[in-house]
Amino acid sequence: MRHLLFTERMKMADLIHANYRLLFVLPRFGIRLGFGDKSIGEICRQQNISASLFLLVCNIYTFDDFLPEPSELHSFTAEDLTRYLHNSHADYIREQIPEIRRQVLALVGCCEAKNGKILERFFDGYSREVTRHFNYEETVVFPYIHNLSEGIESAEGYSIGQFEENHSNIEEKLGDLKNILIKYLPDSCPGTPRNKLLLDLFLLEDDLNKHSLIEDRILVPLVEQLEERVR
Amino acid sequence: MNSSLKKGRKVVIIEPSAVIASGLKAILAEAGSEFEVCGTFEEPAHFAERAPLLAPDLILVDPAIFDFQKRLAVHNFFESQPDAALVAIIYGFIEPDALKQYHGSIHIYDDGRKIIRKLRQAMDDRPHETEAASEGYELTDRESEILVSVAKGMTNKEIADTHHISVHTVISHRKNITRKTGIKTVSGLTVYALLNNLIDQSEIE
Repeated sequence: MRHLLFTERMKMADLIHANYRLLFVLPRFGIRLGFGDKSIGEICRQQNISASLFLLVCNIYTFDDFLPEPSELHSFTAEDLTRYLHNSHADYIREQIPEIRRQVLALVGCCEAKNGKILERFFDGYSREVTRHFNYEETVVFPYIHNLSEGIESAEGYSIGQFEENHSNIEEKLGDLKNILIKYLPDSCPGTPRNKLLLDLFLLEDDLNKHSLIEDRILVPLVEQLEERVR
Repeated sequence: MNSSLKKGRKVVIIEPSAVIASGLKAILAEAGSEFEVCGTFEEPAHFAERAPLLAPDLILVDPAIFDFQKRLAVHNFFESQPDAALVAIIYGFIEPDALKQYHGSIHIYDDGRKIIRKLRQAMDDRPHETEAASEGYELTDRESEILVSVAKGMTNKEIADTHHISVHTVISHRKNITRKTGIKTVSGLTVYALLNNLIDQSEIE
């Protein structure tokens, strides 16, 4: 397995050819397309980002059974990781969700008014919930990790063990939205905008699943190690 | 002894690692005559050739041997053994959706007793699954009524009282509704009810 993973010496461009879903990941590391034939290592040094974190994320996105052992998490800091996760949240809220909302509205515009309203209302509920979830992480979890990295223990007795794995409701709502579009919205609603929206929802779902996986299986164990050190 | 009641459940192991396959065989042998390994295979294709002859009760399979696209449809592969319990052998991360295809799972770090316990559990869970699958996909009238109540925002207790059924029955209807429609959240079920004209927008505001 290990020998199949991406390495620093690979060309950045080959990474995208190997897994186009990484197009979502690059901007979150501040990497913009047009990088020519430079290697992953070169670009990471140029951008001043941790190559091992970048590779970890790319490997998790690409190889479904890849997950490093908690003891292997020393090559980058928790702050490197929260910076990436913070950029991801900003990307979801400022780019991905609004883009999908535009597509929802395009579909709503061609549906019967009653059905369009139902769809729009459901989507807005979903997008509010996603935003609320990210806000919780930004205002509670990340500041806690920041303090911990500086050696300050939480005054309120918070610990990462309480990090709610409340990704589930968001995932369920997105699954429901897909089923509604596939099965239950009447076929008077036109096919092309509907298909485009669905394809983007599938991509968003994959992307969010990897995002949660990184939080639950990389961030949480990393912070648990920090907690042990502070205690 | 409890296990003497259920003798000789036929087990097939589909696992590319000889070390793991032998280890599992040894653990099953420790449980006496309850489980009888009637074949081990490195590849699913080899198993498929022999499957009708073996007629296993229990199939232990490493989910990673299936291509990623096929992991969500393992039942298609085992459709000639509809009565066998499928148990996943886990040694790395497997997507939860893929795992839902199995009646149970064992982790290679589980101890022997835990593995045996999980296998028994998988055998017990199996009949419910087949029962449920044969019911069809359309909602029954009763399920539609319950769905309308859910969409209106009623709690399980309120629904039970209105329909003169137990809370337990409400929960089981709700499980069936979700299994059939694939819709899990209350707001998703509300959309279903609205689109199918089971309720009117004015009833939920």
